[in-house]
Amino acid sequence: MTTLLSLKNLTKRFGGLVAVDHVNFDVEAGAIVGLIGPNGAGKTTVFNLITGNYRPDEGDVIFDNQSIKTLPTHKIVSLGIARTFQTIRLFHKLAAIENVLAGCHCRMQSGSLAAMFRTPTQRREEHQALQTALKELEFVGLQSQADQLAENLSYGNQRLLEIARALATQPRFIILDEPAGGMNNQETAALIQTIRNIRDRGITVLLIEHDMSLVMEACEQLVVIENGAKIAEGDPQAIQSDPKVIEAYLGTDEE
Amino acid sequence: MKDKRLVIYAVISVVLLLSPLFLNAYWVDVLNNVGLYTILALSLNIILGHAGLFHMGHAAFYALGAYTTAIINTTYHIPILWLLPVSGLVAGLAALVVARPIIHLRGDYLLIVTIGFVEIVRIALVNNVFGITGGSNGIFGINRPILFGWKINKPWEFFYLIWGFAAVTIFLFNRLENSRFGRALNFLREDDVAAEGSGINTAHYKLIAFVIGAFWAGMVGNIFAAKMTIIAPESFNFWESVVLFMIVLLGGRGSIRGVILGAFLVLGLPEIFRQFATARMLIFGAFMVAMMIFRTEGILPPLPRKYPIAKMLGREGSA
Ligand SMILES: Nc1ncnc2c1ncn2[C@@H]1O[C@H](COP(=O)(O)OP(=O)(O)OP(=O)(O)O)[C@@H](O)[C@H]1O
Ligand SMILES: [Mg+2]
Repeated sequence: MTTLLSLKNLTKRFGGLVAVDHVNFDVEAGAIVGLIGPNGAGKTTVFNLITGNYRPDEGDVIFDNQSIKTLPTHKIVSLGIARTFQTIRLFHKLAAIENVLAGCHCRMQSGSLAAMFRTPTQRREEHQALQTALKELEFVGLQSQADQLAENLSYGNQRLLEIARALATQPRFIILDEPAGGMNNQETAALIQTIRNIRDRGITVLLIEHDMSLVMEACEQLVVIENGAKIAEGDPQAIQSDPKVIEAYLGTDEE
Repeated sequence: MKDKRLVIYAVISVVLLLSPLFLNAYWVDVLNNVGLYTILALSLNIILGHAGLFHMGHAAFYALGAYTTAIINTTYHIPILWLLPVSGLVAGLAALVVARPIIHLRGDYLLIVTIGFVEIVRIALVNNVFGITGGSNGIFGINRPILFGWKINKPWEFFYLIWGFAAVTIFLFNRLENSRFGRALNFLREDDVAAEGSGINTAHYKLIAFVIGAFWAGMVGNIFAAKMTIIAPESFNFWESVVLFMIVLLGGRGSIRGVILGAFLVLGLPEIFRQFATARMLIFGAFMVAMMIFRTEGILPPLPRKYPIAKMLGREGSA
Protein backbone atom coordinates (compact mmCIF):
# COMPACT_ATOMS: atom_id res chain seq x y z
CA MET A 1 0.00 0.00 0.00
CA THR A 2 1.29 3.42 -0.86
CA THR A 3 0.39 6.60 0.95
CA LEU A 4 -1.38 9.08 -1.31
CA LEU A 5 -2.05 11.89 1.13
CA SER A 6 -0.28 12.65 4.33
CA LEU A 7 -1.11 15.41 6.81
CA LYS A 8 1.82 16.34 9.02
CA ASN A 9 1.21 18.34 12.19
CA LEU A 10 -1.39 20.35 10.30
CA THR A 11 -2.45 23.42 12.29
CA LYS A 12 -4.78 26.30 11.52
CA ARG A 13 -5.72 29.13 13.85
CA PHE A 14 -8.48 31.68 13.42
CA GLY A 15 -7.52 34.42 15.85
CA GLY A 16 -7.46 32.75 19.23
CA LEU A 17 -9.32 29.66 18.03
CA VAL A 18 -7.25 26.62 17.06
CA ALA A 19 -9.53 25.14 14.41
CA VAL A 20 -7.06 22.41 13.44
CA ASP A 21 -4.55 21.38 16.04
CA HIS A 22 -1.46 19.40 14.98
CA VAL A 23 -3.39 16.81 13.01
CA ASN A 24 -1.51 13.86 11.58
CA PHE A 25 -2.93 11.14 9.40
CA ASP A 26 -2.28 9.27 6.18
CA VAL A 27 -4.65 8.18 3.45
CA GLU A 28 -3.64 5.05 1.54
CA ALA A 29 -4.16 4.94 -2.19
CA GLY A 30 -7.37 3.12 -3.07
CA ALA A 31 -9.00 3.53 0.33
CA ILE A 32 -12.30 5.03 1.42
CA VAL A 33 -11.57 7.03 4.55
CA GLY A 34 -14.03 8.90 6.74
CA LEU A 35 -13.20 12.06 8.67
CA ILE A 36 -15.71 12.43 11.50
CA GLY A 37 -16.22 14.55 14.57
CA PRO A 38 -18.80 16.76 16.24
CA ASN A 39 -19.97 20.08 14.76
CA GLY A 40 -17.23 22.63 14.70
CA ALA A 41 -14.51 20.02 15.20
CA GLY A 42 -12.49 21.38 12.30
CA LYS A 43 -13.27 18.83 9.58
CA THR A 44 -14.13 21.29 6.84
CA THR A 45 -11.10 23.36 7.80
CA VAL A 46 -8.90 20.29 7.22
CA PHE A 47 -10.42 20.01 3.73
CA ASN A 48 -9.81 23.67 3.06
CA LEU A 49 -6.19 23.22 4.09
CA ILE A 50 -5.77 20.27 1.73
CA THR A 51 -7.22 22.16 -1.23
CA GLY A 52 -5.34 25.38 -0.59
CA ASN A 53 -8.39 27.46 0.31
CA TYR A 54 -6.66 28.13 3.63
CA ARG A 55 -2.93 28.12 4.33
CA PRO A 56 -1.71 26.11 7.33
CA ASP A 57 -0.07 28.00 10.18
CA GLU A 58 2.05 24.95 10.93
CA GLY A 59 2.62 21.57 9.38
CA ASP A 60 2.43 20.30 5.85
CA VAL A 61 0.20 18.58 3.33
CA ILE A 62 1.98 15.93 1.30
CA PHE A 63 0.21 14.61 -1.80
CA ASP A 64 1.91 11.93 -3.83
CA ASN A 65 5.25 12.66 -2.11
CA GLN A 66 5.05 16.38 -2.85
CA SER A 67 4.27 19.25 -0.51
CA ILE A 68 1.23 21.12 -1.79
CA LYS A 69 0.71 23.55 1.05
CA THR A 70 1.84 26.60 -0.93
CA LEU A 71 0.19 25.74 -4.25
CA PRO A 72 -2.85 27.63 -5.50
CA THR A 73 -6.12 25.71 -5.47
CA HIS A 74 -6.41 25.24 -9.23
CA LYS A 75 -2.90 23.72 -9.31
CA ILE A 76 -3.85 21.31 -6.57
CA VAL A 77 -6.88 20.30 -8.61
CA SER A 78 -4.78 19.67 -11.68
CA LEU A 79 -2.41 17.53 -9.59
CA GLY A 80 -5.41 15.29 -8.97
CA ILE A 81 -7.34 16.39 -5.89
CA ALA A 82 -11.02 17.14 -6.43
CA ARG A 83 -13.56 18.24 -3.86
CA THR A 84 -17.19 18.94 -3.13
CA PHE A 85 -18.46 21.57 -0.71
CA GLN A 86 -20.47 21.19 2.48
CA THR A 87 -22.70 24.09 1.46
CA ILE A 88 -23.44 23.22 -2.15
CA ARG A 89 -21.48 25.50 -4.44
CA LEU A 90 -22.80 24.87 -7.90
CA PHE A 91 -23.06 27.42 -10.68
CA HIS A 92 -26.78 27.72 -10.05
CA LYS A 93 -27.76 29.71 -13.12
CA LEU A 94 -25.96 27.37 -15.50
CA ALA A 95 -27.05 24.01 -16.89
CA ALA A 96 -25.98 20.77 -15.20
CA ILE A 97 -23.80 19.89 -18.19
CA GLU A 98 -21.96 23.22 -17.95
CA ASN A 99 -21.31 22.64 -14.26
CA VAL A 100 -19.59 19.40 -15.18
CA LEU A 101 -17.72 21.11 -18.03
CA ALA A 102 -16.20 23.34 -15.35
CA GLY A 103 -14.48 20.24 -14.06
CA CYS A 104 -13.25 19.33 -17.55
CA HIS A 105 -11.58 22.73 -17.84
CA CYS A 106 -8.27 21.80 -16.21
CA ARG A 107 -7.75 18.89 -18.62
CA MET A 108 -8.21 21.12 -21.67
CA GLN A 109 -5.78 23.45 -23.41
CA SER A 110 -7.57 25.77 -25.83
CA GLY A 111 -7.36 29.45 -25.03
CA SER A 112 -9.12 32.54 -26.26
CA LEU A 113 -7.42 32.69 -29.67
CA ALA A 114 -8.16 29.05 -30.43
CA ALA A 115 -11.78 29.78 -29.53
CA MET A 116 -12.03 32.83 -31.82
CA PHE A 117 -10.51 31.00 -34.76
CA ARG A 118 -12.23 27.75 -33.83
CA THR A 119 -9.21 25.63 -34.67
CA PRO A 120 -9.67 21.91 -35.35
CA THR A 121 -7.90 21.09 -32.09
CA GLN A 122 -10.25 23.36 -30.19
CA ARG A 123 -13.31 21.76 -31.75
CA ARG A 124 -12.06 18.27 -31.05
CA GLU A 125 -11.33 19.22 -27.47
CA GLU A 126 -14.80 20.72 -26.99
CA HIS A 127 -16.36 17.55 -28.35
CA GLN A 128 -14.28 15.37 -26.06
CA ALA A 129 -15.04 17.52 -23.02
CA LEU A 130 -18.75 17.26 -23.75
CA GLN A 131 -18.41 13.49 -23.96
CA THR A 132 -16.54 13.36 -20.66
CA ALA A 133 -19.13 15.59 -19.02
CA LEU A 134 -22.00 13.43 -20.24
CA LYS A 135 -20.19 10.32 -19.06
CA GLU A 136 -19.75 11.76 -15.56
CA LEU A 137 -23.39 12.82 -15.45
CA GLU A 138 -24.34 9.28 -16.38
CA PHE A 139 -22.02 7.94 -13.69
CA VAL A 140 -23.95 9.78 -10.97
CA GLY A 141 -27.28 9.10 -12.69
CA LEU A 142 -28.09 12.59 -13.89
CA GLN A 143 -27.71 12.17 -17.63
CA SER A 144 -31.38 12.83 -18.28
CA GLN A 145 -31.10 16.22 -16.56
CA ALA A 146 -28.06 17.45 -18.46
CA ASP A 147 -29.73 20.59 -19.77
CA GLN A 148 -31.55 21.52 -16.55
CA LEU A 149 -30.34 24.53 -14.63
CA ALA A 150 -28.40 23.40 -11.57
CA GLU A 151 -30.73 25.37 -9.30
CA ASN A 152 -33.72 23.37 -10.56
CA LEU A 153 -32.29 20.02 -9.46
CA SER A 154 -33.41 18.44 -6.20
CA TYR A 155 -31.13 18.88 -3.22
CA GLY A 156 -29.83 15.33 -3.42
CA ASN A 157 -29.20 15.65 -7.14
CA GLN A 158 -27.31 18.89 -6.60
CA ARG A 159 -24.95 16.96 -4.33
CA LEU A 160 -24.52 14.35 -7.06
CA LEU A 161 -23.89 17.07 -9.62
CA GLU A 162 -21.09 18.43 -7.47
CA ILE A 163 -19.58 14.95 -7.40
CA ALA A 164 -19.84 14.73 -11.19
CA ARG A 165 -18.12 18.09 -11.54
CA ALA A 166 -15.34 16.92 -9.22
CA LEU A 167 -14.94 13.66 -11.13
CA ALA A 168 -14.67 15.53 -14.42
CA THR A 169 -11.33 16.93 -13.25
CA GLN A 170 -10.06 13.32 -13.53
CA PRO A 171 -8.81 13.20 -9.96
CA ARG A 172 -6.76 10.55 -8.21
CA PHE A 173 -8.17 11.67 -4.88
CA ILE A 174 -11.62 13.03 -4.15
CA ILE A 175 -12.72 14.68 -0.93
CA LEU A 176 -16.44 14.87 -0.20
CA ASP A 177 -17.76 17.22 2.48
CA GLU A 178 -21.02 15.75 3.82
CA PRO A 179 -22.14 14.24 0.51
CA ALA A 180 -25.30 12.79 2.08
CA GLY A 181 -26.34 16.07 3.70
CA GLY A 182 -30.01 16.62 2.89
CA MET A 183 -30.44 13.22 1.22
CA ASN A 184 -33.21 10.76 2.12
CA ASN A 185 -32.46 7.12 3.01
CA GLN A 186 -32.91 5.87 -0.51
CA GLU A 187 -30.62 8.52 -1.94
CA THR A 188 -28.06 7.80 0.76
CA ALA A 189 -28.07 4.10 -0.07
CA ALA A 190 -27.48 4.90 -3.75
CA LEU A 191 -24.73 7.32 -2.74
CA ILE A 192 -22.89 4.58 -0.86
CA GLN A 193 -22.85 2.55 -4.07
CA THR A 194 -21.67 5.58 -6.05
CA ILE A 195 -18.82 6.12 -3.58
CA ARG A 196 -17.77 2.51 -3.99
CA ASN A 197 -17.93 2.87 -7.76
CA ILE A 198 -15.69 5.92 -7.51
CA ARG A 199 -13.15 3.91 -5.58
CA ASP A 200 -13.41 1.09 -8.10
CA ARG A 201 -12.32 3.57 -10.76
CA GLY A 202 -9.06 3.82 -8.83
CA ILE A 203 -9.91 7.09 -7.10
CA THR A 204 -9.11 7.36 -3.41
CA VAL A 205 -11.95 8.81 -1.31
CA LEU A 206 -11.84 10.92 1.84
CA LEU A 207 -15.23 12.00 3.15
CA ILE A 208 -16.75 13.98 5.99
CA GLU A 209 -20.13 12.70 7.06
CA HIS A 210 -22.52 12.96 9.97
CA ASP A 211 -24.71 10.10 8.73
CA MET A 212 -23.23 7.21 10.76
CA SER A 213 -24.91 4.50 8.72
CA LEU A 214 -23.11 5.78 5.64
CA VAL A 215 -19.81 6.15 7.43
CA MET A 216 -19.94 2.68 8.96
CA GLU A 217 -21.01 1.05 5.73
CA ALA A 218 -18.82 2.85 3.21
CA CYS A 219 -15.58 3.63 5.01
CA GLU A 220 -12.76 1.24 5.66
CA GLN A 221 -10.90 3.58 7.93
CA LEU A 222 -12.01 6.47 10.13
CA VAL A 223 -10.25 9.47 11.59
CA VAL A 224 -11.98 11.23 14.46
CA ILE A 225 -11.25 14.81 15.40
CA GLU A 226 -12.59 16.91 18.22
CA ASN A 227 -11.79 20.55 18.92
CA GLY A 228 -9.33 20.47 16.05
CA ALA A 229 -7.27 17.56 17.37
CA LYS A 230 -7.26 13.94 16.28
CA ILE A 231 -8.58 11.74 19.06
CA ALA A 232 -8.84 8.37 17.34
CA GLU A 233 -8.10 6.49 14.15
CA GLY A 234 -8.94 2.98 13.00
CA ASP A 235 -11.50 0.77 11.30
CA PRO A 236 -15.20 1.48 11.91
CA GLN A 237 -15.64 -1.36 14.44
CA ALA A 238 -12.74 -0.19 16.55
CA ILE A 239 -13.89 3.42 16.40
CA GLN A 240 -17.44 2.50 17.40
CA SER A 241 -16.20 0.91 20.60
CA ASP A 242 -13.49 3.45 21.40
CA PRO A 243 -14.46 5.01 24.73
CA LYS A 244 -12.88 8.34 23.83
CA VAL A 245 -14.94 8.55 20.65
CA ILE A 246 -18.12 7.49 22.42
CA GLU A 247 -17.61 10.18 24.98
CA ALA A 248 -16.56 12.94 22.61
CA TYR A 249 -18.70 12.24 19.63
CA LEU A 250 -21.28 9.51 19.70
CA GLY A 251 -22.22 10.38 23.27
CA THR A 252 -23.00 13.97 22.52
CA ASP A 253 -24.72 13.31 19.22
CA GLU A 254 -28.39 12.40 19.21
CA GLU A 255 -28.23 10.34 16.04
CA MET B 1 -38.56 29.92 -32.26
CA LYS B 2 -34.93 29.86 -33.30
CA ASP B 3 -35.85 30.44 -36.94
CA LYS B 4 -37.98 33.41 -36.01
CA ARG B 5 -35.05 34.90 -34.15
CA LEU B 6 -32.73 34.41 -37.12
CA VAL B 7 -35.26 36.12 -39.40
CA ILE B 8 -35.41 39.11 -37.06
CA TYR B 9 -31.60 39.33 -36.92
CA ALA B 10 -31.40 39.12 -40.72
CA VAL B 11 -34.01 41.84 -41.24
CA ILE B 12 -32.33 44.17 -38.75
CA SER B 13 -28.92 43.57 -40.36
CA VAL B 14 -30.22 44.28 -43.87
CA VAL B 15 -32.04 47.46 -42.77
CA LEU B 16 -28.91 48.61 -40.97
CA LEU B 17 -26.73 47.77 -43.96
CA LEU B 18 -28.95 49.81 -46.31
CA SER B 19 -29.61 52.68 -43.91
CA PRO B 20 -26.96 55.06 -45.34
CA LEU B 21 -29.01 55.02 -48.56
CA PHE B 22 -32.00 56.68 -46.95
CA LEU B 23 -30.53 58.54 -43.97
CA ASN B 24 -28.91 61.94 -44.12
CA ALA B 25 -25.31 62.51 -43.00
CA TYR B 26 -26.37 63.53 -39.50
CA TRP B 27 -28.20 60.29 -38.81
CA VAL B 28 -25.50 58.21 -40.42
CA ASP B 29 -23.09 59.83 -38.02
CA VAL B 30 -25.38 58.99 -35.11
CA LEU B 31 -25.30 55.37 -36.27
CA ASN B 32 -21.51 55.58 -36.48
CA ASN B 33 -21.39 56.59 -32.85
CA VAL B 34 -23.79 53.81 -31.97
CA GLY B 35 -21.45 51.44 -33.80
CA LEU B 36 -18.37 52.61 -31.93
CA TYR B 37 -20.17 52.31 -28.62
CA THR B 38 -21.50 48.91 -29.60
CA ILE B 39 -17.96 47.62 -30.09
CA LEU B 40 -16.74 49.35 -26.94
CA ALA B 41 -19.61 47.95 -24.90
CA LEU B 42 -19.07 44.48 -26.35
CA SER B 43 -15.47 44.66 -25.21
CA LEU B 44 -16.55 45.84 -21.76
CA ASN B 45 -19.10 43.04 -21.76
CA ILE B 46 -16.30 40.48 -21.61
CA ILE B 47 -15.03 42.04 -18.39
CA LEU B 48 -18.25 43.25 -16.80
CA GLY B 49 -20.81 40.92 -18.33
CA HIS B 50 -19.00 37.63 -18.57
CA ALA B 51 -16.41 37.84 -15.82
CA GLY B 52 -18.64 39.97 -13.58
CA LEU B 53 -15.83 42.42 -12.78
CA PHE B 54 -17.14 45.88 -11.92
CA HIS B 55 -14.88 47.85 -14.20
CA MET B 56 -15.89 51.47 -14.69
CA GLY B 57 -12.68 52.68 -16.27
CA HIS B 58 -13.06 51.35 -19.79
CA ALA B 59 -12.72 54.80 -21.36
CA ALA B 60 -9.08 54.78 -20.25
CA PHE B 61 -8.24 51.91 -22.61
CA TYR B 62 -10.22 53.60 -25.37
CA ALA B 63 -8.19 56.77 -24.75
CA LEU B 64 -4.88 54.91 -24.80
CA GLY B 65 -5.76 53.41 -28.17
CA ALA B 66 -6.88 56.73 -29.63
CA TYR B 67 -3.80 58.59 -28.39
CA THR B 68 -1.46 55.83 -29.55
CA THR B 69 -2.84 56.16 -33.07
CA ALA B 70 -2.93 59.95 -32.93
CA ILE B 71 0.64 60.34 -31.71
CA ILE B 72 2.22 57.79 -34.02
CA ASN B 73 0.20 58.90 -37.03
CA THR B 74 0.87 62.62 -36.63
CA THR B 75 4.60 62.20 -35.91
CA TYR B 76 5.57 59.28 -38.19
CA HIS B 77 2.67 59.35 -40.69
CA ILE B 78 2.13 55.64 -40.43
CA PRO B 79 -1.23 54.76 -42.04
CA ILE B 80 -4.13 54.63 -39.61
CA LEU B 81 -5.23 51.06 -40.16
CA TRP B 82 -1.71 49.73 -39.64
CA LEU B 83 -1.94 51.25 -36.22
CA LEU B 84 -5.13 49.36 -35.40
CA PRO B 85 -3.30 46.40 -33.82
CA VAL B 86 -0.70 48.73 -32.30
CA SER B 87 -3.41 50.68 -30.47
CA GLY B 88 -4.91 47.40 -29.32
CA LEU B 89 -1.55 46.19 -28.05
CA VAL B 90 -0.80 49.36 -26.11
CA ALA B 91 -4.20 49.26 -24.41
CA GLY B 92 -3.89 45.52 -23.79
CA LEU B 93 -0.46 45.92 -22.23
CA ALA B 94 -1.74 48.73 -20.05
CA ALA B 95 -4.51 46.41 -18.87
CA LEU B 96 -1.98 43.72 -18.09
CA VAL B 97 0.00 46.12 -15.91
CA VAL B 98 -2.94 47.88 -14.28
CA ALA B 99 -5.23 44.92 -13.74
CA ARG B 100 -2.71 42.52 -12.20
CA PRO B 101 -2.56 44.16 -8.75
CA ILE B 102 -6.29 44.97 -8.59
CA ILE B 103 -7.72 41.75 -9.99
CA HIS B 104 -8.42 40.25 -6.58
CA LEU B 105 -10.55 43.22 -5.51
CA ARG B 106 -14.24 42.52 -5.28
CA GLY B 107 -17.29 44.43 -6.48
CA ASP B 108 -17.40 48.00 -5.27
CA TYR B 109 -13.68 48.12 -4.43
CA LEU B 110 -12.77 47.32 -8.00
CA LEU B 111 -15.32 49.89 -9.16
CA ILE B 112 -13.63 52.66 -7.20
CA VAL B 113 -10.12 51.72 -8.30
CA THR B 114 -11.11 51.61 -11.98
CA ILE B 115 -12.85 54.98 -11.69
CA GLY B 116 -9.58 56.27 -10.25
CA PHE B 117 -7.70 54.78 -13.18
CA VAL B 118 -9.80 56.51 -15.85
CA GLU B 119 -9.41 59.82 -14.03
CA ILE B 120 -5.64 59.41 -13.74
CA VAL B 121 -5.38 58.75 -17.46
CA ARG B 122 -7.52 61.79 -18.30
CA ILE B 123 -5.58 64.08 -15.98
CA ALA B 124 -2.30 62.78 -17.38
CA LEU B 125 -3.54 63.61 -20.88
CA VAL B 126 -4.65 67.10 -19.82
CA ASN B 127 -1.27 67.73 -18.20
CA ASN B 128 0.50 66.71 -21.38
CA VAL B 129 2.61 63.92 -19.91
CA PHE B 130 5.92 63.36 -21.70
CA GLY B 131 4.96 66.41 -23.78
CA ILE B 132 3.30 64.24 -26.43
CA THR B 133 -0.43 64.36 -25.69
CA GLY B 134 -1.06 68.00 -26.55
CA GLY B 135 -2.59 68.84 -23.17
CA SER B 136 -6.23 69.86 -23.01
CA ASN B 137 -6.22 70.92 -26.67
CA GLY B 138 -5.43 67.38 -27.64
CA ILE B 139 -3.97 66.27 -30.97
CA PHE B 140 -5.21 67.33 -34.39
CA GLY B 141 -4.36 66.56 -37.97
CA ILE B 142 -4.89 62.83 -37.68
CA ASN B 143 -5.12 61.15 -41.11
CA ARG B 144 -8.16 59.42 -42.51
CA PRO B 145 -7.94 55.65 -42.84
CA ILE B 146 -7.28 54.15 -46.26
CA LEU B 147 -8.76 50.72 -46.91
CA PHE B 148 -7.59 48.92 -50.07
CA GLY B 149 -6.70 52.26 -51.62
CA TRP B 150 -10.08 53.78 -50.73
CA LYS B 151 -9.85 56.84 -48.53
CA ILE B 152 -12.50 56.75 -45.83
CA ASN B 153 -13.80 60.24 -45.41
CA LYS B 154 -17.56 60.65 -45.50
CA PRO B 155 -19.94 59.47 -42.78
CA TRP B 156 -21.32 56.66 -44.95
CA GLU B 157 -17.81 55.42 -45.62
CA PHE B 158 -17.08 55.37 -41.91
CA PHE B 159 -20.41 53.66 -41.43
CA TYR B 160 -19.26 50.61 -43.36
CA LEU B 161 -15.83 50.59 -41.72
CA ILE B 162 -17.30 50.81 -38.21
CA TRP B 163 -20.13 48.37 -38.71
CA GLY B 164 -17.83 46.00 -40.58
CA PHE B 165 -15.57 46.04 -37.56
CA ALA B 166 -18.62 45.54 -35.33
CA ALA B 167 -19.67 42.51 -37.39
CA VAL B 168 -16.22 40.93 -37.06
CA THR B 169 -16.29 41.66 -33.33
CA ILE B 170 -19.71 40.06 -32.91
CA PHE B 171 -18.60 37.02 -34.88
CA LEU B 172 -15.40 36.52 -32.85
CA PHE B 173 -16.92 37.33 -29.47
CA ASN B 174 -19.77 34.96 -30.09
CA ARG B 175 -17.23 32.19 -30.59
CA LEU B 176 -15.32 33.34 -27.54
CA GLU B 177 -18.48 33.15 -25.44
CA ASN B 178 -19.20 29.61 -26.52
CA SER B 179 -15.86 28.16 -25.56
CA ARG B 180 -13.80 26.97 -22.63
CA PHE B 181 -12.67 30.57 -22.18
CA GLY B 182 -16.18 32.02 -22.10
CA ARG B 183 -17.43 29.36 -19.74
CA ALA B 184 -14.49 29.91 -17.39
CA LEU B 185 -15.41 33.60 -17.11
CA ASN B 186 -19.00 32.69 -16.28
CA PHE B 187 -17.93 30.14 -13.69
CA LEU B 188 -15.77 32.62 -11.84
CA ARG B 189 -18.51 35.24 -12.05
CA GLU B 190 -21.06 32.84 -10.55
CA ASP B 191 -18.79 31.52 -7.79
CA ASP B 192 -15.13 32.35 -7.58
CA VAL B 193 -14.35 29.70 -4.95
CA ALA B 194 -16.19 26.92 -6.76
CA ALA B 195 -14.48 27.85 -10.03
CA GLU B 196 -11.02 27.77 -8.51
CA GLY B 197 -11.96 24.55 -6.70
CA SER B 198 -12.96 23.04 -10.04
CA GLY B 199 -9.47 23.69 -11.36
CA ILE B 200 -9.88 27.08 -13.02
CA ASN B 201 -7.07 29.60 -12.63
CA THR B 202 -9.46 32.42 -11.78
CA ALA B 203 -6.85 35.17 -11.42
CA HIS B 204 -5.45 34.35 -14.85
CA TYR B 205 -8.86 34.41 -16.52
CA LYS B 206 -9.81 37.71 -14.92
CA LEU B 207 -6.58 39.18 -16.21
CA ILE B 208 -7.08 37.84 -19.73
CA ALA B 209 -10.65 39.16 -19.74
CA PHE B 210 -9.24 42.60 -18.96
CA VAL B 211 -6.56 42.32 -21.63
CA ILE B 212 -8.95 41.24 -24.38
CA GLY B 213 -11.49 43.89 -23.41
CA ALA B 214 -8.81 46.58 -23.34
CA PHE B 215 -7.27 45.40 -26.61
CA TRP B 216 -10.59 45.84 -28.36
CA ALA B 217 -11.28 49.20 -26.73
CA GLY B 218 -7.83 50.32 -27.91
CA MET B 219 -8.72 49.35 -31.48
CA VAL B 220 -11.97 51.30 -31.28
CA GLY B 221 -9.85 54.25 -30.11
CA ASN B 222 -7.90 53.97 -33.34
CA ILE B 223 -11.02 54.26 -35.50
CA PHE B 224 -12.40 57.05 -33.33
CA ALA B 225 -9.19 59.06 -33.75
CA ALA B 226 -9.34 58.69 -37.52
CA LYS B 227 -13.03 59.55 -37.62
CA MET B 228 -12.59 62.76 -35.60
CA THR B 229 -9.10 63.69 -36.92
CA ILE B 230 -8.82 65.60 -33.65
CA ILE B 231 -8.93 64.11 -30.18
CA ALA B 232 -8.88 65.69 -26.75
CA PRO B 233 -9.00 64.36 -23.18
CA GLU B 234 -12.65 65.39 -22.83
CA SER B 235 -13.73 62.56 -25.15
CA PHE B 236 -12.50 60.01 -22.63
CA ASN B 237 -13.81 61.21 -19.32
CA PHE B 238 -15.44 59.25 -16.55
CA TRP B 239 -18.89 59.80 -18.07
CA GLU B 240 -17.94 57.75 -21.14
CA SER B 241 -17.10 54.85 -18.82
CA VAL B 242 -20.46 55.25 -17.10
CA VAL B 243 -22.30 55.22 -20.43
CA LEU B 244 -20.55 51.99 -21.43
CA PHE B 245 -21.29 50.44 -18.04
CA MET B 246 -24.92 51.47 -18.46
CA ILE B 247 -25.17 49.95 -21.94
CA VAL B 248 -24.02 46.56 -20.67
CA LEU B 249 -26.27 46.56 -17.59
CA LEU B 250 -29.28 47.84 -19.48
CA GLY B 251 -28.89 45.54 -22.48
CA GLY B 252 -28.05 42.41 -20.54
CA ARG B 253 -24.82 41.30 -18.94
CA GLY B 254 -23.10 38.65 -21.01
CA SER B 255 -25.53 39.03 -23.90
CA ILE B 256 -24.21 40.23 -27.27
CA ARG B 257 -27.64 41.02 -28.67
CA GLY B 258 -28.54 42.76 -25.42
CA VAL B 259 -25.44 44.94 -25.54
CA ILE B 260 -26.14 45.93 -29.16
CA LEU B 261 -29.70 46.90 -28.25
CA GLY B 262 -28.35 48.73 -25.21
CA ALA B 263 -26.03 50.80 -27.40
CA PHE B 264 -28.92 51.75 -29.70
CA LEU B 265 -31.10 52.74 -26.77
CA VAL B 266 -28.52 54.65 -24.74
CA LEU B 267 -27.13 56.57 -27.73
CA GLY B 268 -30.11 56.54 -30.06
CA LEU B 269 -33.03 57.46 -27.80
CA PRO B 270 -31.61 60.80 -26.61
CA GLU B 271 -31.08 61.70 -30.29
CA ILE B 272 -34.62 60.76 -31.27
CA PHE B 273 -36.10 62.81 -28.42
CA ARG B 274 -33.81 65.73 -29.01
CA GLN B 275 -36.69 68.19 -29.43
CA PHE B 276 -37.72 67.59 -25.85
CA ALA B 277 -34.39 69.09 -24.86
CA THR B 278 -33.79 68.75 -21.13
CA ALA B 279 -36.77 66.52 -20.42
CA ARG B 280 -35.27 63.75 -22.52
CA MET B 281 -32.54 63.03 -19.98
CA LEU B 282 -35.16 62.93 -17.23
CA ILE B 283 -37.29 60.46 -19.15
CA PHE B 284 -34.22 58.46 -19.97
CA GLY B 285 -33.18 58.37 -16.32
CA ALA B 286 -36.64 57.24 -15.24
CA PHE B 287 -36.52 54.50 -17.85
CA MET B 288 -33.16 53.31 -16.52
CA VAL B 289 -34.47 53.21 -12.96
CA ALA B 290 -37.56 51.28 -14.02
CA MET B 291 -35.37 48.79 -15.87
CA MET B 292 -33.15 48.19 -12.89
CA ILE B 293 -36.20 47.46 -10.76
CA PHE B 294 -38.29 45.37 -13.12
CA ARG B 295 -35.71 43.69 -15.33
CA THR B 296 -32.55 43.31 -13.30
CA GLU B 297 -31.03 40.93 -15.86
CA GLY B 298 -31.25 43.58 -18.56
CA ILE B 299 -33.60 43.86 -21.52
CA LEU B 300 -32.23 40.87 -23.43
CA PRO B 301 -30.44 38.57 -20.99
CA PRO B 302 -28.13 35.93 -22.47
CA LEU B 303 -29.65 32.76 -23.85
CA PRO B 304 -28.32 29.51 -22.38
CA ARG B 305 -25.48 27.96 -24.37
CA LYS B 306 -26.51 25.15 -26.67
CA TYR B 307 -24.80 21.80 -26.58
CA PRO B 308 -25.52 18.92 -28.98
CA ILE B 309 -26.46 16.68 -26.06
CA ALA B 310 -29.33 14.89 -27.73
CA LYS B 311 -27.25 14.28 -30.84
CA MET B 312 -24.35 12.86 -28.87
CA LEU B 313 -26.54 10.60 -26.78
CA GLY B 314 -28.35 9.43 -29.92
CA ARG B 315 -25.08 8.54 -31.62
CA GLU B 316 -23.92 6.63 -28.57
CA GLY B 317 -27.19 4.74 -28.46
CA SER B 318 -26.97 3.61 -32.07
CA ALA B 319 -23.29 2.65 -31.87
N1 LIG C 1 -12.95 31.31 8.00
C1 LIG C 1 -13.09 31.13 9.35
N2 LIG C 1 -12.88 32.16 10.19
C2 LIG C 1 -13.03 31.99 11.52
N3 LIG C 1 -13.37 30.84 12.10
C3 LIG C 1 -13.60 29.78 11.32
C4 LIG C 1 -13.47 29.87 9.88
N4 LIG C 1 -13.76 28.66 9.35
C5 LIG C 1 -14.04 27.86 10.40
N5 LIG C 1 -13.95 28.51 11.57
C6 LIG C 1 -14.16 27.95 12.90
O1 LIG C 1 -13.34 26.82 13.02
C7 LIG C 1 -14.00 25.78 13.71
C8 LIG C 1 -14.03 24.55 12.86
O2 LIG C 1 -14.91 24.75 11.79
P1 LIG C 1 -15.18 23.70 10.67
O3 LIG C 1 -16.09 24.29 9.68
O4 LIG C 1 -13.90 23.15 10.17
O5 LIG C 1 -15.96 22.57 11.48
P2 LIG C 1 -16.61 21.23 10.97
O6 LIG C 1 -15.97 20.12 11.71
O7 LIG C 1 -16.59 21.14 9.50
O8 LIG C 1 -18.09 21.40 11.50
P3 LIG C 1 -19.49 20.96 10.85
O9 LIG C 1 -19.66 19.53 11.17
O10 LIG C 1 -20.49 21.80 11.54
O11 LIG C 1 -19.40 21.24 9.40
C9 LIG C 1 -15.39 26.32 14.07
O12 LIG C 1 -15.35 26.77 15.39
C10 LIG C 1 -15.59 27.44 13.11
O13 LIG C 1 -16.41 28.43 13.67
MG1 LIG D 1 -17.97 21.20 8.03
